Amino acid sequence: MFGKLTWSAIPLDQPIPLAASGLAMLAGLAVLGLITWKGLWPYLWKEWITSVDHKRIGVMYVVLALVMLLRGFVDALMMRTQLAIAAGGAQGYLPPEHYDQIFSAHGTIMIFFVAMTFMVGLMNFAVPLQLGIRDVAFPVLNSVSFWLTAAGVLLVNLSLVVGEFARTGWLAYPPLSEIAYSPGVGVDYYLWSLQISGVGSLLSGINLTTTILKLRAPGMGYMRMPVFCWTALASNLLIIAAFPILTATFAMLLLDRYLGFHFFTNELGGNAMMYINLIWAWGHPEVYILILPAFGVFSEVIATFSQKPVFGYRSMVLATMAICVLSFMVWLHHFFTMGAGADVNGFFGVTTMIIAVPTGVKIFNWLFTLYGGQIRFGVPLYWALGFMVTFVVGGMTGVLLAIPPVDFVTHNSLFLVAHFHNVIIGGVLFGAFAGYTYWFPKAFGFRLHEGLGKAIFWCWFVGFYLAFMPLYALGLVGATRRMQHYPETEWQPLMIVALIGALVIAAGIVLAVVQLVVSIRQRDATRDETGDPWNGRTLEWSVPSPPPAWNFAILPEVEGRDAFWARKQGGRKHPGEPPPIAPIEMPENSMVGVVIAFFAVMLGFALVWHIGWMAASGLGGIVASGLARAWTTATTAEISTAELGEGSHRKGAPA
Amino acid sequence: MENAGVLDPQGPVALAERTMLFNATAIMLAVILPVIILTLATAWWFRAGNAKARYLPDWEYSGRVELVVWAVPALVIMFLGGIAWIGSHQVDPYAPLVSDAQPVDVEVVSLDWKWLFIYPEQGVASVGRLTIPAGRPIRFRLTSATVMNSFLVPQLGSQIYTMAGMVTRLSLQADRPGRYPGLSAQFSGSGFSDMRFEVEAVPDREFDEWVSRTRAGPDALDQAAYAALAKPGTAEAPRAFASVSPGLFEAIVGGDGGMMGSVASTSSHAQAH
Repeated sequence: MFGKLTWSAIPLDQPIPLAASGLAMLAGLAVLGLITWKGLWPYLWKEWITSVDHKRIGVMYVVLALVMLLRGFVDALMMRTQLAIAAGGAQGYLPPEHYDQIFSAHGTIMIFFVAMTFMVGLMNFAVPLQLGIRDVAFPVLNSVSFWLTAAGVLLVNLSLVVGEFARTGWLAYPPLSEIAYSPGVGVDYYLWSLQISGVGSLLSGINLTTTILKLRAPGMGYMRMPVFCWTALASNLLIIAAFPILTATFAMLLLDRYLGFHFFTNELGGNAMMYINLIWAWGHPEVYILILPAFGVFSEVIATFSQKPVFGYRSMVLATMAICVLSFMVWLHHFFTMGAGADVNGFFGVTTMIIAVPTGVKIFNWLFTLYGGQIRFGVPLYWALGFMVTFVVGGMTGVLLAIPPVDFVTHNSLFLVAHFHNVIIGGVLFGAFAGYTYWFPKAFGFRLHEGLGKAIFWCWFVGFYLAFMPLYALGLVGATRRMQHYPETEWQPLMIVALIGALVIAAGIVLAVVQLVVSIRQRDATRDETGDPWNGRTLEWSVPSPPPAWNFAILPEVEGRDAFWARKQGGRKHPGEPPPIAPIEMPENSMVGVVIAFFAVMLGFALVWHIGWMAASGLGGIVASGLARAWTTATTAEISTAELGEGSHRKGAPA
Repeated sequence: MENAGVLDPQGPVALAERTMLFNATAIMLAVILPVIILTLATAWWFRAGNAKARYLPDWEYSGRVELVVWAVPALVIMFLGGIAWIGSHQVDPYAPLVSDAQPVDVEVVSLDWKWLFIYPEQGVASVGRLTIPAGRPIRFRLTSATVMNSFLVPQLGSQIYTMAGMVTRLSLQADRPGRYPGLSAQFSGSGFSDMRFEVEAVPDREFDEWVSRTRAGPDALDQAAYAALAKPGTAEAPRAFASVSPGLFEAIVGGDGGMMGSVASTSSHAQAH
């Protein structure tokens, strides 16, 4: 009846996972209880859960990413604490079977459900506004994409309570991830949650690419698009090209695990190296999927806060697209140490370094954007400057790792761990926080608390250096990644410094929660009445904050780059002043996204535990929901001119 | 620190690698330190309150600046790319080390979770400790009887993966007698952290003595001994074998360990999880 699922799947005998899952469930129940008590369900259902408004969906992505940041960061703190203790003969408090799950979950969650989810959220929110349009190309599909991501998140978190997570590292290299070496359900949870959320990512990539290519405001030629839209285009093209590889690779591993295939086993002609090639053919573009939108955020923030256009716009575009293409030509640098030979290693070392050229161009162009500016030191600019200073260090260590002989001694060491945290925290995460602070007033109509914002930045900035500079040093003296304890007591002081760094970052995360609460309570003092709190340059600042559901009653006529700035220089403040306003059609809410996600969770859970009837029901439910949607004819509603006229405030948003 | 890893090379490979690490770091620091300083200085000078700073609200393009902006990274990368290409050929793990001394062959097998070293010429084997003669190149052939691992002795240089069904190669040399820690650099399951070994580099003469002493020892690495060794678990103390079944390494590469080894190891590994 329930396949492999028995009561033993619930970790009643293991205090740490039990406490963690208990806490997670209590927190979840508390939130649900609060929503019920406040009677917020109708509001949430109507305004958020079934919403197909790209802004609402963008905000939900960001909320999901922030919640998962908490989860992933708890994992990080547990690992750092373990390594601060487990020196010499000490084994620490986390036995290998827990520790191995924790670092696997940390990587998986931080990449897929924090960094990627955050960036997709920012793109969803800002791209249509910047392009001067009313929504993305496929609004309902957008909702489906989000809810599939949420389904993946739910499955990953379910593994905490029922069963276990993978103990293989975040990329689940075979043969270790094969059934012979990982017979538990952990790898299956990993695979199915990423398969489900991966479909969401691919659909979202198609959606945003179509939007940017086909739906720009009149006059918004490619070379007039804001840089953020260019980076979003590059990122989503990469999603379209790379995610099918991931899905196919995982499908092969699933066939190995479920049906006794031998794609990647040691027997019957299987070859694990194929998996390593394929996973990195997705994996390296993935890091550019994450970093390119962050580059876009920094371009917007630096230009806005310098009160100057981005310097070298065409170079920025060229560099972005060059990175997009080159990112597919470097994957082998992740396994120089598998004996590919000098020519192959040399070739991929050089292609990897070539990516540093367009990236370096971007850094210089940001520098020249600052030059001649009238710079206001708002919180988003703090993140941008912190990024520029930090990212070049990460870039340098990246180029070091691209030299094959240097990689031979630093591969898989803590030096490598420090490098990718350097670019992902110093690049993607700083970009996420910059974008969050920058667009928050646009989304909610009031600014985030400035002083706390600066405090958050300093915690992350200082915490990052404290946590990861020691890891660079430890990697060079021979410490490898994923070790649960180590005999070298002389490594311990640096491990303790790294733990202190993680605690400083933790303070930054706590302050981010405090900032949100304080900002909401003080919102009347920081209200953005103009829609343009930063003296912005691009079209999202030309509409009220928060924008009406339709963004623009009349689509703006774009006559150049930095369209809103140009209009302000010309003396006109708001769009659509001369109204012949005509009624417009907007898509209606749809529950198909959340319903499909419900069945997707059912399907994934059933496949993890080999529960046949439940898997069939889940799959049937997904197909039925899709068909039901296909037969829905009334999918849009007309917004009358009267509504458009008074629509400077969002309907139903709590004041 | 006692063993300062990559920073304290004890052989020609590690020394070459450290040199490349230092050179490339120095070249890049020469660019990125000025960039960091310029970024902060520019941002501060052009702060909104500074009356002396000239505001250029429309300055967004300069052909000369663009040229420099592309040229500087391109030149640096051309230079470093040269280092990468040449270095990749100079320090090729598969290339033999140039030396007048007679090389020593060692076959390496990663097991759950210990390292087996077979000396095919000498006919001996050891687990957990790799004894080598200082000053002579060591030619490794490596494979895995289980999941992937990576063979690394930071002070001697290059690591290489061990993969079941495949043989990788590596040449290293210790210039001086000494003890150098070795490890697996590729996560391989619950015993991974204890998958350490020690390289003991001894003077050439002592190496011959070690071989004769080992040959006189009691243990033989026959089928039963290998099957026991291949069972998941960490080796408590380094041990040595006076003899080795002929062709054991090739049999492990072939997938059956010459006996029930690999298969037995696979299923019991599963139970160990």
